[in-house]
Amino acid sequence: MSMFGMEPLVIGDDILDIGSRKAVDRYCGNKAQIGLSQDLLMGRPGAFDVPNVKDPALYCSSHFRSTCGTGDAGQEIKFAKGTTTLAFKFNGGIIVSVDSRATQGNYISSQTVKKVIEMNPYLLGTMAGGAADCSYWERRLNLQCRMYELRNGRRITVAAASKLLAGTMASYRGYGLSMGTMITGWDETGPQLYYVDDDGTRLKGKMFSVGSGSTFAYGVLDNYYREDLTLEEAIDLGKRAIYHATHRDAASGGINNLYHVTKDGWVKIHAIDVNDMHYEFEEEKRNEMSS
Amino acid sequence: MDTVIGVQYKDGVIIAADQANARSILIYQSNLDKIKQLTSHSAMGVSGPNCDLVQFTEYISKNLQLYELRHEGTKLSTKAQANFCRNELAVALRKGPYQVSALLGGFDLTTQKPSLYYLDYMGTLQKVPFGAQGYAQYFTLSTMDREYRENLDETAALDIIGKAIHELQSRFLIKQNNFIIKVIDQDGVRVHSQGADPADT
Repeated sequence: MSMFGMEPLVIGDDILDIGSRKAVDRYCGNKAQIGLSQDLLMGRPGAFDVPNVKDPALYCSSHFRSTCGTGDAGQEIKFAKGTTTLAFKFNGGIIVSVDSRATQGNYISSQTVKKVIEMNPYLLGTMAGGAADCSYWERRLNLQCRMYELRNGRRITVAAASKLLAGTMASYRGYGLSMGTMITGWDETGPQLYYVDDDGTRLKGKMFSVGSGSTFAYGVLDNYYREDLTLEEAIDLGKRAIYHATHRDAASGGINNLYHVTKDGWVKIHAIDVNDMHYEFEEEKRNEMSS
Repeated sequence: MDTVIGVQYKDGVIIAADQANARSILIYQSNLDKIKQLTSHSAMGVSGPNCDLVQFTEYISKNLQLYELRHEGTKLSTKAQANFCRNELAVALRKGPYQVSALLGGFDLTTQKPSLYYLDYMGTLQKVPFGAQGYAQYFTLSTMDREYRENLDETAALDIIGKAIHELQSRFLIKQNNFIIKVIDQDGVRVHSQGADPADT
């Protein structure tokens, strides 16, 4: 519904309505194709252009796919990917621990990627898979969370935030998005941890690890995890799990960024180079063996 | 890889499903509840990707709820619910298919009769006395064919489910430790047993 019967301007005046029912209703009449989700409206704030071909989904997934290993060898553009991220709940809150390496094919494009996205002081998102996909969609989720806060006068729950992201991923199914993320935070129901995937999977759990190095991280996590870990033990576990994953997985490495989520929000605990950890643990083993 | 098994008996329906969510070689979670309650007296055990499972069952159950709200609390029969599901699957098939295969079980309070429906991702619908989805079909249908009779009681039906699960755990390559079993009868939908607590998250 527009004031005085005039059509709204295309850019800017309706930016505050992004994601609301009003915006959807306003743009619904302009939809060129039946069956497109609202996210795919073209040329509107918060919407996308897709390639002007018969099957945009197929085109995107075959030319812009971000896959593990050398699955994207034939593509002109190879996207940054490969990682280890993990998060687990324990009695003292949630530990989120990630590496910081980005690879493009066999090239290490960066050792200093921020794979934990600080959405608001109470909500964190991790990044695994396509770096572009993760950072874009999680920043967009951040916008939606902020709009929710402004409209409803209270912070969004982690369940709702992860549901928004999962719904977005579900509507872009088949387009070749690559994103495996964990949405975590502390809301009025306590500490929550959700895993959200590029194919729309959304799982609530106590412990997840995502990325090419996740199996290595799980090995350490599963064997040493207990619910009653102390904070020091939990931080140590998160640190070691990432270290072991970066040691064995070529696509993971760099710096271990570790966060702790408490009821007062998240706190960044440390940023330690995994290379330094290697020598620290080696010395520790040497000391243990000699004593 | 999901397993869903269902058996109808004289006074109700039993549906069992495995509780794992896996991708490639990793098990992400092993305490999932794949038997989603639709109305007070019906539930659907679903196999398929987690996304479709959630999106489809939530869409169906909310629409069934909306129908009740709009029509002064009239509850849809299980047959009507199953046909609604089938129609949604068929419509979505040529646009963006829901890759779910389900067993919908319900108890009609008006006729005091239970019923079980087999639903496929291609829009198949069939009323069946017992059924299975996924690889479980290959392992369990013969056991159920052998054991099923008309007018079973709850214990006998649970026994059939037990035998089916036992066969899967002996012969199926994929280890499925945890099963959740739900009973739908005159009193509604209740959990009979579960391998792992879905609320333990």
